Amino acid sequence: MFNKILIANRGEIAVRIVRACKEMDIKTVAVFSDADKESLHVKYADEAVNIGKPLSKKSYLNQDNIVRAAGETGAEAIHPGYGFLSENESFARVCEDNGLVFIGPSAESIAIAGNKSAARKTLIDLGVQVIPGGEGVISSKDEALNLAERVGYPVIIKASGGGGGRGMRIINDAPDLADGLRIASGEARAAFGNPDLYLEKYIEKPRHIEIQILGDNHGNYVHLGERECSIQKRYQKLIEESPSPFVDETLRRKMGETALLVARAIGYTNAGTMEFLVDKQKNFYFMEVNSRIQVEHPVTEMVTGIDLVQQQILIATGAELAFNQADIRQNGWAMECRINAEDPEENFMPSPGIIKQFILPGGPGVRVDTHIYEDYEVPPFYDSLICKLIVWGENRGMAIKRMQRALSEFWADGIKTTVPFHKKVFQNGRFIEGDINTHFLESIGNNL
Amino acid sequence: MNPGIYKILAPLAGTFYRAPSPDDPAFAEVGQKIDTGDIVCIIESMKVFTELRTEQGGVVRNILVEDEDAVMRNQEIMEIEIS
Repeated sequence: MFNKILIANRGEIAVRIVRACKEMDIKTVAVFSDADKESLHVKYADEAVNIGKPLSKKSYLNQDNIVRAAGETGAEAIHPGYGFLSENESFARVCEDNGLVFIGPSAESIAIAGNKSAARKTLIDLGVQVIPGGEGVISSKDEALNLAERVGYPVIIKASGGGGGRGMRIINDAPDLADGLRIASGEARAAFGNPDLYLEKYIEKPRHIEIQILGDNHGNYVHLGERECSIQKRYQKLIEESPSPFVDETLRRKMGETALLVARAIGYTNAGTMEFLVDKQKNFYFMEVNSRIQVEHPVTEMVTGIDLVQQQILIATGAELAFNQADIRQNGWAMECRINAEDPEENFMPSPGIIKQFILPGGPGVRVDTHIYEDYEVPPFYDSLICKLIVWGENRGMAIKRMQRALSEFWADGIKTTVPFHKKVFQNGRFIEGDINTHFLESIGNNL
Repeated sequence: MNPGIYKILAPLAGTFYRAPSPDDPAFAEVGQKIDTGDIVCIIESMKVFTELRTEQGGVVRNILVEDEDAVMRNQEIMEIEIS
């Protein structure tokens, strides 16, 4: 087991990883930028190292400073969290070269998962259904125009370097393509340090359903069932749940088997997520491999009882999985609201600033993962996620009731949050019935 | 207060960028003539990029912040001499 882990991240996920480590008697090193001196992950970790200026590229994306901090503090492993360097193969290699264990898949697996065109070819060779699109990174506007004509509008452009809606644009017609490419490329560069984009046909009204997997270094694999993440705004997930109200036992088994087929084929280890789009006829199209822990991992933890971050650490030490597929059970229903510092009344405009009053929900079946507290200043330099509110219930109806109750207890003053938006969704008849798809929010417009 | 000067304010706190990417030329240089509706800079707040357009045409007299500087909401970032 590791004695000390450095957490190369910030915000709620850094807090989450500190918690996992503490329960395993592992010491933690937080890293922080000038803007995050007062952040909770810094306070909770055993040690903390300043790694630079607020801009991500000067701190949380600064590989040299992070590796140096690990060396100075004697950390043996680095947990990258999500975002930032988590899906950066060169960082995984740099860790290895410096004698540090990267808690995640191998650099080779990250490279395959990150190289969407290579991953796509592998998938097609395996007989896995994929979405029609280009074979590689877009090299010119004309190439993008030709490809879009071939697969038919609407099309979607996505960043090669990462997900989360950054560097992603839906294009309905040819005249919008050039602007879309330019803006998406800029966002992708800033978010992932990689401006590369790819393009594919946009499947209308699908559900976003993903399979969580775990693989150890000894060839053992399990999947932990699905998460449905269809409630999205600007391609950013806002509400997730596990299980999905749309997935029956047959579909779960098929999608789980496909996820593990892909994982085995690319030699994927550690925790990972295989993302699918599922259409009304329950056809599922493989979208991508997310080679990291995901924001929405807690809903899987709540229904399976498996601590995914601790599993990541155990796998990274070389341990074998302590359970097999038959041991995995989905018990009850879990739902998560991503509470962002955004103003739902002003088209979700970012709302950084000082939190004046903060009251957290609690009680039975409620979990809160957050890095904020009263008088904390939410900086404008990073993601707007300030809190994940997760509930568990015996079934979906009870989970919804519990989320309604938890949302009514949430109080944050000084900044705008998306809590009023979540309250409305959790009162919406279609949502309550489970009649959702990735266009749910657009389709109901202002009728929430 | 010069009535002939239009001041562009940051609509939200974030990071100021003069160009769409490090390899591209700046949207506006001091002395450059710009038209109403032209993009003059980008403000990045919480990973969202907002292109800022001038509501007045004229000549750029002053750019009050450096590229990649942090800006506060309503901070003055550019002065345009209205023409």
